[in-house]
Amino acid sequence: METQLETFETNLGNVRTAVTRTSPAAFQDALADVVDEPAIGASLPFEEITLEGTDIVLDPTPDQLREAACGVTPAALGVADYGSVVLESTPAGAELAGLFPDRHVIVVRERDLVPDMASAFERLGDRFRNGNGDAVIATGPSATADMGELVYGVHGPRETHAVIVEE
Amino acid sequence: MASERSRKADRIRHVMETEGDSVERNARGFNEGRYESVARLEDYDAYKDRARAIKEDAIERLPELIEQVREAVEANGGTVYVADDAADANRYVRELARERAAETVVKSKSMTTEEIDLNEHLEAEDCEVWETDLGEFVLQVADEAPSHLVAPAIHQSREEIAALFNEYFEPEEELETAEELTAFAREYLGERIEDADIGVTGANFVTADTGTMALVTSEGNARKTVAVPDTHVAVAGVEKVIPTFEDLQPFVELIARSGTGQDITSYVSLFSPPVSTPPVDFDDDEPIADDPAERDFHLVLLDNGRMDMRDDDQLRETLYCIRCSACANSCANFQSVGGHVFGGETYSGGIATGWEAGVHGQESADEFNDLCTGCSRCVNQCPVKIDIPWINTVVRDRRNRGAEGGELDFLVEGLTPDEEPAGLDLQKRFFGNFSTLAKLGSATAPVSNWVADTLPSRALMERVIGVDRRRDLPEFERETFVEWFRNRDEPRPVDADYHAVVYPDLYTNYIRTDRGKAAVRTLEALGVAVEVPDVASSGRAPLSQGMIATAEDHARDVAADLESHLEAGYDVVVIEPSDLAMFRGEYERLLDADRYEALAERSYEVFEYVYGLLENGADPAPLRGVDAGGVGADIAYHSHCQQRTLELEAYTTDVLDRLGYDVLTSDVECCGMAGSFGYKSEYYELSMDVGDRLREQFESPDAADRTVVASGTSCLEQLDGLLARRPRHPISLVAPDESE
Repeated sequence: METQLETFETNLGNVRTAVTRTSPAAFQDALADVVDEPAIGASLPFEEITLEGTDIVLDPTPDQLREAACGVTPAALGVADYGSVVLESTPAGAELAGLFPDRHVIVVRERDLVPDMASAFERLGDRFRNGNGDAVIATGPSATADMGELVYGVHGPRETHAVIVEE
Repeated sequence: MASERSRKADRIRHVMETEGDSVERNARGFNEGRYESVARLEDYDAYKDRARAIKEDAIERLPELIEQVREAVEANGGTVYVADDAADANRYVRELARERAAETVVKSKSMTTEEIDLNEHLEAEDCEVWETDLGEFVLQVADEAPSHLVAPAIHQSREEIAALFNEYFEPEEELETAEELTAFAREYLGERIEDADIGVTGANFVTADTGTMALVTSEGNARKTVAVPDTHVAVAGVEKVIPTFEDLQPFVELIARSGTGQDITSYVSLFSPPVSTPPVDFDDDEPIADDPAERDFHLVLLDNGRMDMRDDDQLRETLYCIRCSACANSCANFQSVGGHVFGGETYSGGIATGWEAGVHGQESADEFNDLCTGCSRCVNQCPVKIDIPWINTVVRDRRNRGAEGGELDFLVEGLTPDEEPAGLDLQKRFFGNFSTLAKLGSATAPVSNWVADTLPSRALMERVIGVDRRRDLPEFERETFVEWFRNRDEPRPVDADYHAVVYPDLYTNYIRTDRGKAAVRTLEALGVAVEVPDVASSGRAPLSQGMIATAEDHARDVAADLESHLEAGYDVVVIEPSDLAMFRGEYERLLDADRYEALAERSYEVFEYVYGLLENGADPAPLRGVDAGGVGADIAYHSHCQQRTLELEAYTTDVLDRLGYDVLTSDVECCGMAGSFGYKSEYYELSMDVGDRLREQFESPDAADRTVVASGTSCLEQLDGLLARRPRHPISLVAPDESE
């Protein structure tokens, strides 16, 4: 029987999202391996890991946003059976950091995985009613078929990479 | 009339030549993707039921939910405006643009803003408006209307888009590949987004309890449109409101699968605006900072006829539509012509008739409403289970009733024992009264067949009623199926366990009597006591023409004619799938509940019945298997559209399997004939274009040597026109020989 983490990992692969598994202790090293410079990001609302002390710019100017090759943002949830991640908007601009750069690195904790959309919506319903009212369920890179063939990287990122922090 | 028909035929031919290939490739791709994706979804049917229930409830409580949305959005700090009509909505958005002195407006894809022509109204306010969805951007540059609900530029190929961009933008290096075109559009539109003063989006859903809008997209443009400018205007039909946040879940599972065949789109954005992302001023050098006061959000909920649709018992279901496009993608005619023929001012595909009639007025559905053949392939594909063919039939009927008296009515007097208004189109009246014609044709056969097929009469029929002379006419039998049964001298099974009426549908009774005889022999061989009483025709023919009152008359006659047999415990075995679909489907709307249920519960498709008999222990030995000579073991089978919708195809293939046949089945949506459709001169070529997909499949190396078998009359007629091999009804393969 596949674990939830394995299902998530498999489905991330199915939606063209690369995966790195790491521990809290090895997190910053693992991240450094998958981040392209220049990078911008949003603070992680997690106790065990942080982006402080890395080269990632956490309060970018509009120019830095435009020029960034990579954006690093946290995911509130991972949805195992779709390979989706839930990205919350924040006043610090997490939405922007995950949307403008070519490469989006998503930090998701194993403990925040849910098996399916039904569980995700249960969790989100509570958050939304408590005033945390913006989130994007993102599945793979941005894509279009409007130009006659499937192309990745349209207005949003061309590449997505999930860094899963194990318990 | 004749010139109007040929003008229509010309237009269809032109669109098939210029746009047909792209539409066909893309729509069929989406459709095949849908089959695969929904097959992967556990509880697909349960999700559909839930989605349907949510929409039913939401539309029922709509006024109350709109007030709830208003409260939720205002509590978040946004504004809600309910606009009565297009002018009202446009005025509101224009005033916002004026107040903000907006120079640039960026939009993400929204059919609702297409419906009200918002761009033109903003441009009149001196705003530059840019569509940021790449498909919409292509159309904006080409100055064309969308041809598909989800993929608006579905009719354009990569080569055409490249030529368009190279001519319009004159880039330093010519654009060629999809990658290059996408990169160019991204950069060009990215600059517009950076400059934008206002972002306009639609909304796929709006939740009443949290004031959250769901935007289902893949490109990321909607997110940028919402995030970058400080003012966001969302324009959505009032029907987009659903009660709770959790109600979004079934739609999230269904919408992309139903539309493009993806399990989910790249982004499902859930915004309760004003969003918490800080707006970006690209002229500024300071770090992007949060300033919630700068955020301004307006939700414009558009009525524009929707509240009237809600009060209309026939059009109400249209409001359940989530604009996924499954009906269009699964429609054989749409696959050939796309939304520029199969659509109105704004909306396209099967459900477009309901939308156009509701928001733009019935006449806007005139041009394309007849392209729905009622084949019903879309019915099971709709994630909210809308009976789309019925909506098309109702609108057709209403248009018929609005028709003015014509000049040629005397020509068909006596041929029209119907309930329809005087001005009804002669062609519709002719096909709608096919039962009368069949009766007459049979009574005077073979002379009638000979006369009908002469050149002068074909020319006259083409000119006056638009029966295309390239199409072979059915040949009437002198002795009807009912007469044959009455006249024959065969011992009836005594002490039979099963009693059944074989329903003498129009074609079986007057034209293809052989299949009726074969059905009788088959059932008798399996020990069934069979009767073939004189029963009225089902009303399928008038219903197809939108002649609902006449169809209702037929339905009542059928119920009365069968009543005594049903009371005596007879089952009703139906050979023609489109008639069985009437009994089980439309009769619910045409008869009172008791009569409908009595008939619907006891009616079976002929192979469904044979299958049931075999399952219940009947000995198949008397039936003809592959060894009986005449027909080879290898069969290519085309099931009828409505038979597939009713999930009856498997009974035929199973029985044929058991008798040793090797059955290969077609998987195209339709043969393109659907009753009268392929006879009509304005649609003949479209009908053949659709049929071509079936021809290709049955002429492929796997199928080329197989005996072709089809269940529906119209399918048989079409296959006859498409293939060199003469197709047969499957019952003729398994029925014992006449002499035995």
